[in-house]
Amino acid sequence: MGGLLEKLDRIDRRFIYLLMALSVLVPLAFRLEMPIPVSPGPSMDLYEAVDALPPGSVVIVSYDYDPSTMPELQPMAVALTRHLMSRGVKIIATALWPQGASLAQNALTQISDSLGLSEYEDWVNLGYTVGGAVSVVRMGSSISAVFPRDRVGVPYDSIPVLEGVGRLADISMVIALSAGDPGIHAWVMVAQGRFGIPVGGGCTAVSAPEFYTYLGSGQLVGLLGGLKGAADYETLLKRDNPGAPGGTATPGMAAQSISHLVIMGFIVIGNIAFIAGRKRKRGGAK
Amino acid sequence: MRLFGLLALALAAGPAAQPAGPPGTGPVAYGQAAADSMPSPPPAPSVTGLAARDVRDDAGGAIELSWELVPGVTADSLLVSRSADGGTWETVAFLPGAEVVFTDEGLEDGVEYSYTVTSLLGGAASQPAGPVSAVPSAQWLHSKRTGMLIILVLLSGVIFWFIDQGRKGRKLYIREIAGLSAVDDAVGRATEMGRSVLYIPGIMGMDDIQTIASMIILGRVAGKTAEYGADLQVPVCNSVVMSVGQEIVKEAYLAAGRPDSYRRDNVFYLTDDQFGYAAGVDGIMVRQRPAAIFMLGTFYAESLILAETGKSVGAIQIAGTAMPSQLPFFIAACDYTLIGEELFAASAYLSREPKLLGSLKGQDAAKLIIMLVIVVGVLAASIGTWWAPAASLADFLRRILHVE
Amino acid sequence: MRTILPLAITFVTGMIMVLNFFVPHRPFNSMGNSLSDWYMIVASAAIFLGAMNLLQVHFARIRHRARNWQYSPVAIGGFLLMLTAGLVTGVEEGRAFDFMFQNMVVPMGATMFSLLAFFVASAAFRAFRSSNWRATLLLVSAFVVMLGRVPIGDLLWRLVPGAASGAHPSLVTEIAEWIMQVPNMAGQRAVMIGAALGVVATSLRMIFGVERSYLGGAD
Repeated sequence: MGGLLEKLDRIDRRFIYLLMALSVLVPLAFRLEMPIPVSPGPSMDLYEAVDALPPGSVVIVSYDYDPSTMPELQPMAVALTRHLMSRGVKIIATALWPQGASLAQNALTQISDSLGLSEYEDWVNLGYTVGGAVSVVRMGSSISAVFPRDRVGVPYDSIPVLEGVGRLADISMVIALSAGDPGIHAWVMVAQGRFGIPVGGGCTAVSAPEFYTYLGSGQLVGLLGGLKGAADYETLLKRDNPGAPGGTATPGMAAQSISHLVIMGFIVIGNIAFIAGRKRKRGGAK
Repeated sequence: MRLFGLLALALAAGPAAQPAGPPGTGPVAYGQAAADSMPSPPPAPSVTGLAARDVRDDAGGAIELSWELVPGVTADSLLVSRSADGGTWETVAFLPGAEVVFTDEGLEDGVEYSYTVTSLLGGAASQPAGPVSAVPSAQWLHSKRTGMLIILVLLSGVIFWFIDQGRKGRKLYIREIAGLSAVDDAVGRATEMGRSVLYIPGIMGMDDIQTIASMIILGRVAGKTAEYGADLQVPVCNSVVMSVGQEIVKEAYLAAGRPDSYRRDNVFYLTDDQFGYAAGVDGIMVRQRPAAIFMLGTFYAESLILAETGKSVGAIQIAGTAMPSQLPFFIAACDYTLIGEELFAASAYLSREPKLLGSLKGQDAAKLIIMLVIVVGVLAASIGTWWAPAASLADFLRRILHVE
Repeated sequence: MRTILPLAITFVTGMIMVLNFFVPHRPFNSMGNSLSDWYMIVASAAIFLGAMNLLQVHFARIRHRARNWQYSPVAIGGFLLMLTAGLVTGVEEGRAFDFMFQNMVVPMGATMFSLLAFFVASAAFRAFRSSNWRATLLLVSAFVVMLGRVPIGDLLWRLVPGAASGAHPSLVTEIAEWIMQVPNMAGQRAVMIGAALGVVATSLRMIFGVERSYLGGAD
């Protein structure tokens, strides 16, 4: 028994990796689904803040991530875009990360086409800008100074959806989907802190804990944390629009649930081995 | 587009929609114009309570007009007219009928501007609301940021006082920071094992203060690798960081008297892509198996990928970041971790320069002040629920600390 | 001169940006905007610096047949391929650049990110040991948060008789949210306030020239 526990304590990490892979693959392969109960919290706060926007208001959605974090953030982008567009809210897409502009275009065209909306009338993708927080500061006085043209070179002044939108003060809300910096920090510190624009956010699960400080202080109106946040949003959207197509985050929650259980199983095994080892050592010392 | 539409509507309304003459003549002109074209009297204005004021806390040249809508009356559009110093009237804007505020910009400071707002309903113009007047001016101090300025001056004053104390030779005690004390041992270990030292300065650019703090530590680490003759590798994910890193390492090798050992390509650019960079650094770790790995700067989700790979190759790892959500990962996978402000203390700690040590003590004193303010604020807010003076103190603190 | 000029630039630009925040009057408002514009231009130009260095380093590795030089042609090839595709065909949807981006860059990036799952499992196995009461507290909190962040937590809780119809059918999520919003937030704020003060002190040291080591060791 002692030998087995010792072996468990020094388990080959590749075995852990294998079980993790299976815990994700099996639920996905067998299309396991779980109901997602959404209780009051940061996801619901963001949903309600978006839901309260009057039709015709203009929102900036900043796609501050790249393909690597796409599995967690793109489902949020799709769900948020669908919610905003279906409510008649105009979207200005920006990106503080170079590859965010292409990912924004994917989400925007996909939803816009399905709802019969048109680019430049209902939404625009302004593309990528360098400078991070400095660019956001500059947008406080002039958005066209940062984005003189959109992603494919159409001049700012000739885009109908941007008519009457000169600076951040003309924006009803900023939603930053971010995988790191520049991202939510820049938007909260500048757009919210300096110009008083409501800011909502979406981030990877590993980054979520640090943004709770902004939730507590009211500097973030709501937050989607990781795949769970995206699944919450999809569930809320589906609740209010039963005809809307489902997203990709909800099916992923079964896999995430099983993988969490597997990790917890490893922690339990590790602790049994650890406690047994400690007892053995004490016994030996006696 | 909307503006052109409104303009067309206003023009279609005929002379009645033309900007009014000077105040006094305006209503007569409107009434007559309306009487000429239509038997009915001019419609009642849809706005009331028109007010003009200089826009506060700006660079001047702007006046804000605000008004309320008369209940039950919504105009098709609103026409804003302006006159400077009692001169001729001109149209400055056509607005949707539901608007309640308008900011007129590009004005001259010190000149008195008068405004009227006319409602356009069903092709007819109402009597104008107003005139109201205001004088635009610029402000030298942002009134909503005065509290912030006081706090900044106070904190800066404390920090500079301690810097001065350090300069004057006052003994300043700094507690031991294990992660920084271990720098020499880590480099020494790499030298003994004949393996390289890998320095990862985070994934941000030089505009990030943590990267700057990391560059400062890189100088010290490079000094040690130069002294011991160990190989130093610095992969970066930002080209400006690369240039600065090359300069810092070069200076450190010069200062250590080993300029011959310096190789520019040891500080090299991988990619700006977050996980592309993590993949590149992981590859370097697995292929070169460095004996010591430093991860100091701003890290996000890639932190654990780097730290776990570093652990798997058996390197001694010293990490440091002010990113709260990444600290647990570093603590789990690294031998030493600099937590938050310890990263910023590194420059003073490693150099022991009195001025820098002074600033570190000043920082601590500033922290003490903030802690006191937090405690007083929390107590005042709590006691304030049943004792009014405490509530006013809490309000005062909230006002001072709130920034707009 | 080599030190004084950068220090002077740091001082002047630093003070302009500080004044820009507190003084809305001309010329500070427009100076802040101009500096922001300059910064964006410099940052854009710096991208070329990185690209040049990438080529320089990898060509040097091939020339000197340095260790693992075989990877360098792959890096150079990939870089030139994406660059040429972007320049020749543009970045619009359906073009060669977009095809490579969607079908190569996206899955490769996602793969790297997915490695986190494996590393989190292995780090959790090693780090979460109940070695003392504080570590045990951390362990229990981690369990609750892990269960509360996925639907299975509440589903398991509702298997307890009476839980589903009780006052707290989502108890696990509620406790997890409380841990995140109270103890977690307090800890995060403590680190954040400390780090922010470090930022203020370091910025002041740099603006006023007390800290010079970031200028290439020119103490």
